[in-house]
Order: sequence, then structure tokens, then C-alpha cells
Amino acid sequence: MKLLVAVKRVIDYNVQIRVKSDQTGVDMDNVKMSMNPPDENAVEEAIKLKDSGVATEVVVVSIGHEKCQDTIRSAMAMGADRGILIKTEDLIEPLAVAKILKAIVEKEQPDMVLLGKQAIDDDSNQTGQMLSALLNWPQGCFISKLGVNDKTITITREIDEGLEHLEIQLPAVVTCDLRLNEPRFASLPNIMKAKKKPLDVIAIENLEIDISPRVKFLKVEEAPVRKGGTMVADVKELIQKLKYEAKVI
Amino acid sequence: MSENQKIQREEMQYDVVIVGAGPAGLSTAIKLKQLNYETSVCVIEKAAEVGGHILSGNVFETKALDELIPLWKEKGAPLKTKVNSEEFLFLKKKNSWNIPTWLLPKSLKNHGNYIISLANLCRWLGGQAETLGVEIFPGFAASKVVYNEDHTVAGIQTGDMGVNKEGNPKDTFEPGIILKGKVTVFAEGCRGHLGKELIEKFHLDKNTSPQQYGIGFKEIWEIDPSFHQEGKVIHSVGWPLDPKTYGGSFCYHAENNQIFIGYVIGLDYQNPYLSPYDEFQKFKTHPKMSSLLKGGKRISYGARALIEGGLQSLPQMYMPGALLVGCDAGTLNMPKIKGSHTAMKSGMIAAETIQQHLYEKKDLSNYEKLFKDSWIYKELYEARNVKPSFRWGLIPALIFTGIDQLIFQGKLPFTLKHKYADHETLHLAKDSKKIDYPKYDGVITFDKPSSVYLTGTSHAENQVVHLQLQDPDLPINYTLEKYDEPALRYCPAGVYDIQYNKETKKSEFIINSQNCIHCKTCDIKEPSQNINWITPEGGGGPNYANT
Repeated sequence: MKLLVAVKRVIDYNVQIRVKSDQTGVDMDNVKMSMNPPDENAVEEAIKLKDSGVATEVVVVSIGHEKCQDTIRSAMAMGADRGILIKTEDLIEPLAVAKILKAIVEKEQPDMVLLGKQAIDDDSNQTGQMLSALLNWPQGCFISKLGVNDKTITITREIDEGLEHLEIQLPAVVTCDLRLNEPRFASLPNIMKAKKKPLDVIAIENLEIDISPRVKFLKVEEAPVRKGGTMVADVKELIQKLKYEAKVI
Repeated sequence: MSENQKIQREEMQYDVVIVGAGPAGLSTAIKLKQLNYETSVCVIEKAAEVGGHILSGNVFETKALDELIPLWKEKGAPLKTKVNSEEFLFLKKKNSWNIPTWLLPKSLKNHGNYIISLANLCRWLGGQAETLGVEIFPGFAASKVVYNEDHTVAGIQTGDMGVNKEGNPKDTFEPGIILKGKVTVFAEGCRGHLGKELIEKFHLDKNTSPQQYGIGFKEIWEIDPSFHQEGKVIHSVGWPLDPKTYGGSFCYHAENNQIFIGYVIGLDYQNPYLSPYDEFQKFKTHPKMSSLLKGGKRISYGARALIEGGLQSLPQMYMPGALLVGCDAGTLNMPKIKGSHTAMKSGMIAAETIQQHLYEKKDLSNYEKLFKDSWIYKELYEARNVKPSFRWGLIPALIFTGIDQLIFQGKLPFTLKHKYADHETLHLAKDSKKIDYPKYDGVITFDKPSSVYLTGTSHAENQVVHLQLQDPDLPINYTLEKYDEPALRYCPAGVYDIQYNKETKKSEFIINSQNCIHCKTCDIKEPSQNINWITPEGGGGPNYANT
């Protein structure tokens, strides 16, 4: 079984995000970047399947700047076999990402595509779903458990009502939740080995895909500062405040 | 992990293993490759990425960089803002005096220097090193020195990953590996925890004065463009510090309407109630500063201990199989308040020493000779008497420094010694005056949690506490009573706390190690040397961006 995993390079989750003063975006100068956390879960799950002998090859793909090679290398240091970078300087929206991934799926012919459920930078949560639609493959989103059978997979999804267990046909697209597993640490020798693993860099122009933006970007603002709470003496005062100050009742 | 649990560790062999990707370590690596491309060099760095733990003022003197990479400008080094004006202020509570620049010693003049982010310079140096074939591994902490059977240094062991609080392996356990070098270079920066072990083991400081340290704070502010004067450098002494405490401020107008504002305080301060963090916050409320910060926004914060001992405290920098470079030994020039160029130079000299050691069989002790023959020694020699004179108080010290630096240019025929180590200088709480610091206003001054938040600090949860107490009962049984537990005040990140446990009816000493920004102040200042800073899991700690 061949697996394709899509990873995104995002601002590290520990970094305190700062909006640029001209509101054109967030400050990314010299800010620490790392692999989108749910994508790391996707990589871990794929490598686990390889470790257990279910999968034969794990291919990692990323789209973006030259520096995304670092992200692919860290997936390869965890255990992925090879990498593909679709190189572009442009901001790529989820639909374009799905189209690019579709082209790669057609070329690589994997049995399953694993993605993070969403990226922590734009929180779009669309790529996996769009890819499944474009491929006309079944999808399993926000999975927290994955079992592989002969021609199907069994998945567990966390939904509002509880846990949903599904069996879906392969080939399929799954998007991974943080609860799926705990990603491994890459060891130093594996980081060194990863430097020698194959990584193809493909210019986006060579794919001949329409990646023009569908969303018009207006501005980025910082979230308003949350006001601190106040202590009230009794219920009467609370009702007063809710009625006349907060005007919610 | 207990020692008796046998762990299979992989071993890797290099010609040179360097611990720490700061200016000293990276300069060593670059110079080694320039001297011989065949030398295999690896650098390990505990921060998640190169530059992530680097915090410095910084007004940068290019002398060492000019020698190391003469074409740095063409190669895109992040040095953009040249110093174009400078002020030296003597602060009183409400007003300030400008000390005329002609009265300033040469060492305090910054003409031709650049206002930079040292973290970004290190990122760039890291790239230069990698282009030359240096292998850099960020996210790995050197946790132990590995010795040969004859007690010479063989290399280091990286920290185990995935070990829980109790010291047992988790599911994600990944054992550390052994990196062996024909020579190992320790470039951990001020108070490196392996450097500390080596200095003790090889008695490297047997002929020196006790090392002296300071704690430095830095904040980056984006200020109102109408107040901003790119290229301006301001230093001050005086208020809010009492005249007995050594310290001063810096304020550098960098690019993009940003200023780097900070404060350095000697860790030989005596009053256990003194809080370096609060002195810095208070400093910002001086009319001279608050008028500058008005309408501005604080975007970064950080703190780090620095070396102040100078030549008198510089230990022997070589030992069998290893060298100490930069501030892991202590090469900072205190009157200049600059250590980056000397750190780089010490690394470059180390590289030359190693080159001669590997290919001409010369002993590593040659390092001392090469060091003494270079400009770094001359610079540190001339600077040596400034810091120790400050034990006489601010005014006498300024007068002495004027005579020593202006008239004699550091060539007075005697050397003042440092008398005490910084952990020995605290007076008892009962003999000391409590200090009332103003409340934080959330506009110009801020509390510790909101400051630590800006550092992006994180440590993997459920790991061994990396701030280890030799005697766990000492803080409550001794330090609290005698010194009113100064850790609560000297820690710039609020790691330490005393809480009263209602059930046991006892006070407890709390260590919030996940807040630690790796400044090492506790390891230095704890009066009984009871706190031992060890490396947490690699990748943990602050994530400094443009500091």
C-alpha cells in the first residue's frame, strides 16, 4: 500500500503572532516555522502503517516556498521515504491546494491520502474535503483512530454526539485529528539520513493548474483585547448589569 | 533515566563537535571549514532553530566579522542600521544629564558600529556555515560530557527525548546519542552547564578571580515614527539603581521604527529585596524613556545572564580534548558592553588552534598563545579594571574609569581583583531594606507572565524538571528565612514561587520550569548554589525572533 501525506509549513504554534502595522498580514520575518501539527499526526500515522508492514511507501508532499523543503525533510527524518515540493511564492488557497494534490495523486497513484484536519495558520479546514470531491474518493475527516483492512479502512471520528465509527472504501482521503497519535521525535541519525533521501522540486507552472485566488483579501487585524471580568455583590446587581450595561437581557 | 538502565546509544564520530550555535560556536565552525574543507564539523544547538535562544542588545562591532567573512555585506548579512548618533545619560529620578561625548572613553564610542539583532546574525551565520558543509542540528541539547578512560574529553551526549517527570521513558522515548569529536568545542554562552562542569573538573579557574555576572533584559518596541531616530544609541547609568548596584540601560533605535530597550544589572547586588526585572520596568517610567514609548507597542521580551568578570576571571580555555570559547569561558568586554565580536574572535582562534592540532599535531594549549597574540587579549587587558572599580560606588567608579580609560587607556600598572562570587554578596534579609516597586500599568510596564508570553517559551509537558535542587528543603528551611527567597525576584520569568499548602500547613517552594527562558541567573545567584540548571528536552525554551 502506498501512502501520500500532505504537509504544510506554518508559523510554529509557540510563536506569539503579531499583525503587521499596515494590516497586510502577520509578521513572518525570522519567525520560527514548523510543520502544521495535525499534519505531523498524519505523517506519524503513515509511518506507523509502514512500520507495521501495512504500507510499503510513504511519500510526503508540500506546496510553497523553497524553505518548505525543511518541513519535508523533517517528515523524512520521522521516516517518510521521499518528498515532493511544488514550488511557488504565491499564497495558495485550499481549492488550488486540492487541485495540485489531485494532480500528484494521479501521478503517484497512492491508495490513501492523509492530511491534517486543518492548518493552524488559516484554519480553513477545506483541503481534504475538496480533494476527496475532486478525486471522487470517499473521505474520512477528523479521524482519531485508523484501522486498515484489505480493501477498506475503519475510522473513528469525534463528532458533537460522540464517536462515529465508519468503514470506507479504499482509495480514500483522510484528515487527521491531534488525538490520532503522538508524533515521534526524529533522532539525530535519522535527521542525517533524511538529508540524503530523494526530494523532487517541481515548479508550479509546470503543472498547468489554475491557482488564481477565489477569495479577495481585505485586511488582517488583531483580535480585540478581552476585557477583564468584574465581581458583583449579588444577583440583583448582576441582573442590573446584564440589563443596563451589557444589554443582553 | 537511572544509570543502571542500559540504553543502547548510537555513536557518531566527527573531527570537531561544537556545542552551541551562537556567534562563538558558528565562527569556530566557519573558520574550521575555511582552513580545511575536509574537516568534519557538527554543531548542536538546544534551541528549536538557530538563533532561537539568542538575546543581545546589540550594537555590533564588525572587527571579527570583517576578518571571518570579508564580503559579509555582499553576502547579505543582516547588518543594516549604522550608528549615527549617541548619548550617554546620567539619570536622576526626574531629570537627566548628558555626559558630553568627548568625555567618553574610546571603548564607549560606537561610531562605525551597527545596531543589529544578534539572533538574526546567528541565523545568517548558520546558513553560511551550512554552505561550507557544517552539519548543524538544532533542537538537540548537549546534556552530558563524555570522557575517555583517561579522563580526556571525548565528546558529548545529547539529551534523551520522551522521558516523564519521574525519569521513566514514555511511548515516544528516543535515546540521546553520543557525538564524539577529536576536539570538542564548548560554546554554550554565559554559564553553560557543561562548561561549568569542565571548569570545575579540570580546575580551569584555579588562577583567576571569581567569575562575575550580570542579568540583561531586552524589549523590542515599535514606537511612534515621530519619536524614532534610526541609528541613535543611548546609554544611561544612575536611576533607578542605588549607587552601590552596578548596572545601566541601553536604548537603540533600530530599523522599522523599532527600538531595542534594555537594562543590565550586576549580579553582585547585595539587597535580597532587589528585583532586577522590576528595576528594568521602573526604568522605563523615567520621563526620558516614557516619552519615547508613549503610543508605542512592546513586541518582544527576553532576559539572559552575561559575563562581566573580564580578563581577571577568564579561566584557562583549553583542556585535554576540548576548548571553551566565547562566554562559556567569558570573553565579553564589559566597559564596551560588547561580547559578540570577542566571542567570534575567540572561536576563530579556537579553529586555528584545532587546525594545527589536527594536522600539525600541536597541543591544544597552543590556544593560550594564539589568544594572547591577538587583538582580543589587548582589548580585554585594557578593559580589565573598569568593572572591579564599581565596588567603590557609582561616582568614584566613573571618575576612576575616566582616568583609567581616557588618560591611561587601560594601561595602569595594576589589576584590580574581583573579591567575591555573585552568590556570596547578598546581605541577610533582616539587615536589608525592602524595596517597593510601582504597580505595572500594562502600558509601559508589564508583569512577568505577560512578558514571558512574548518570548514564545515552551517545554514539552511531563518531562524531568530541569532546575534541580541539591537540597530540596533548603529554600524553605534556610533561604526563605535568611534571604526571604530571592529567587522570586531574581528570576526574570517567574519560575519560582512560594505557596502555602493549607493541608500540610507548610510553605512549599514551587518551580514552574516550563516558564524558564534559559537565562541561568538562578544557577549563578542562589546564595547556597542550591539550584543546578540542566538542559531540558531539546527544542524547549524561548523562541526568540528578532532579539
